Amino acid sequence: MKKLVDIKINGKSYLMPEGITILEACKRAGIHIPTLCYLEGITEGGHCGICVVEVKGARNLQRACITKIKEGMEIYTDTPLVRKARKTIYELTLANHKSTCPACQKEEPCEIRKIAKNIGLSEVEVELLFKEHEKDRSIINRDQTKCIECRRCVNTCEKIQGINTLIVDGKGFNSRISPPYNLPLKNTPCVFCGQCVVRCPTGALTEKDDTEKVLDALQDPNKYVVVSFAPAVRASIGELFGLPPGTLVIGKLVAALRKLGFDKVFDVNYGADLTIVEEANELIERIKFRKTLPMFTSCCPAWVKFVEEFYPEMIPNLSTCKSPQAMLGAVIKNFLPELENIPKDKIVHVTIMPCTAKKYEILRPDIMGDIDYVLTVRELAKMIKIAGIDLLSLEDEEEDIPFGEYSGAAAIFGVTGGVMEAALRTAVEWLTGETFSNLDFVPVRGMKNIRIAEIDIKDLKLKVAVAHTLKAAQEVLEKIKNKELDIQFLEVMACPGGCIGGGGQPIPTTEEILRKRAEALYTLDKNKEIRKSHENPFIKFLYEKFLGNYGSEKAHKLLHAKYSHKPNWDDIFNKSYEEICKEVLKY
Amino acid sequence: MKEKFFQKSLIEDLLDEQNKHPQKYLPPKTLKKIAKKHKRPIPQVYSVASFYPRLSLKPRAKYIIRVCENLACHMEGAEKVIEAIKEFLNIDFGETTKDGLFYLEKSSCLGLCSLAPVILINDDIHGNLTPEKVKEILKNYIEKEKSSKN
Repeated sequence: MKKLVDIKINGKSYLMPEGITILEACKRAGIHIPTLCYLEGITEGGHCGICVVEVKGARNLQRACITKIKEGMEIYTDTPLVRKARKTIYELTLANHKSTCPACQKEEPCEIRKIAKNIGLSEVEVELLFKEHEKDRSIINRDQTKCIECRRCVNTCEKIQGINTLIVDGKGFNSRISPPYNLPLKNTPCVFCGQCVVRCPTGALTEKDDTEKVLDALQDPNKYVVVSFAPAVRASIGELFGLPPGTLVIGKLVAALRKLGFDKVFDVNYGADLTIVEEANELIERIKFRKTLPMFTSCCPAWVKFVEEFYPEMIPNLSTCKSPQAMLGAVIKNFLPELENIPKDKIVHVTIMPCTAKKYEILRPDIMGDIDYVLTVRELAKMIKIAGIDLLSLEDEEEDIPFGEYSGAAAIFGVTGGVMEAALRTAVEWLTGETFSNLDFVPVRGMKNIRIAEIDIKDLKLKVAVAHTLKAAQEVLEKIKNKELDIQFLEVMACPGGCIGGGGQPIPTTEEILRKRAEALYTLDKNKEIRKSHENPFIKFLYEKFLGNYGSEKAHKLLHAKYSHKPNWDDIFNKSYEEICKEVLKY
Repeated sequence: MKEKFFQKSLIEDLLDEQNKHPQKYLPPKTLKKIAKKHKRPIPQVYSVASFYPRLSLKPRAKYIIRVCENLACHMEGAEKVIEAIKEFLNIDFGETTKDGLFYLEKSSCLGLCSLAPVILINDDIHGNLTPEKVKEILKNYIEKEKSSKN
């Protein structure tokens, strides 16, 4: 037990554990202190100053987020001095932020707007100080004029992904948060995971917005617009319509998509089942024919790009299987014309993803053209609201067949460990030649960053590892490289918690919310009659009608991908200053 | 242990490498080299270098002219000296002359107030300046360069 200390907050006595911050102590005492840059575990640097409080005997106001409590400390959180200081700090923040609220993509989650309620500003009389910058537009858009330099993105990129794309460049008022040399993100090793986007308190970092283009396609009478939504979308979209985290929304989501005008509503879960049969088949082949092991999953485009950049020597370890989104894209564009008798060029395929990197994935040469637009969960919610659809009042509807049917194995694809578990359900049966009823591989579940499990069934011994966040993945890869870890199969998802914590998910995502979204997916799996990918009747149908065998030549042509080395920091810093200058954005 | 004790800090390495470069700056390749040595991610080393006004990520020149802008120099007519430098070299602050010889930058107090107005050209001190004197000094540098080339 930690030592307890006696402190006073606003005149009232409390016993609190030694070493916690004033912010934490006030939280425990039920007293709200406004914060802007602070984000637990990510930004605890006291950058913005909005959390100042009065401490008796201290020379000046103290930042609650970085000041630790001491025996006998007397804290005042709401004095006229504190209120005045917060107002001034808030006004200075506003001065350096281009407020375009009605047209800002951040909308409700904007913390600058949220905090205004705590500050009680009646008038803004500040002189605007921000400088105009060239906007960085690619998969993730960067608008420097809205950046308040809270450093959340910098720390996210460093601590969660270990890529360090966004850094602090310069000093003081002239500093800027950007990639080195203000390179556009597309010219850096950024994997477009979007973790910075979900943590940015302002509209400085947002995803590429494709809603207009999709709405246009829906209105075009010459287009046959097909939509499919990812495993993790159903576990989170309800949050954007006021439902508690962890509420599964499937039937109403399908109904809303039909109401928006989509001609067919399919499910990326079908693509997940397809990925599993191909991937399990690949794993078995690699084991049987002693090819490169361990095999790495390749569903997460951010992870794939990361390997291509920073571990090119391990590219052969990546499963050649395309992701569920890409497989479904290929299947729909190639087989739907025949099934529905529509010309291929009329089909527009839109996917709804919990992910920003999926917007990058569809631009990869192997996949280009198979999917036309990717919308994040946030973009879809926005579109439903634009169309004036009251999601919650809709009657449940079902996905279209054949690409709307899925197994329980596919349902858990959206959570860390889910792809591993789904693959094992199929691979173990195929390897042992037996059917099993207990399908829960519990050791691969959970939220620990790295989980290692051994499967020991009959004569089959398999050692597998699951990692989420690229920082954790890096640790695993280093261990594999140094021969400290001997495994046959590795699953990596770049985002904390997997796709349920993706960069395209509702804001905010906390650990508590992650747990609830995961629970929702595991419940969906448990309640499914078919819980193994290879038992999905429409997967069997697809192979019988179009593809032939698992891993057939036709399957390889459509469902498998090639990878190549992509520039990492070494490659970028090998260029001369003059060469780099040609690429940079104007400041 | 001994090795570690004598190992240069990141900032010392950055400064040393900068001084070695003919254009007195840290090109991308140098940042990469130093990052590898210190086992730090390259973008972080870039970020550290960007923080210190003494370090430059942009190419500068063989001679860095640092002019003091603080009170003592100002009182003794630094402004006119600065004007003379700008006019003579045809550059502003933060710019390099066409021949790549001089780069001009502002500095806070150089701690040489008794010599006000004072400037530093690389590590050499030039004090008690007037517009005429500073032009003479710059001419000498240019002459020296010419003769060393021949």
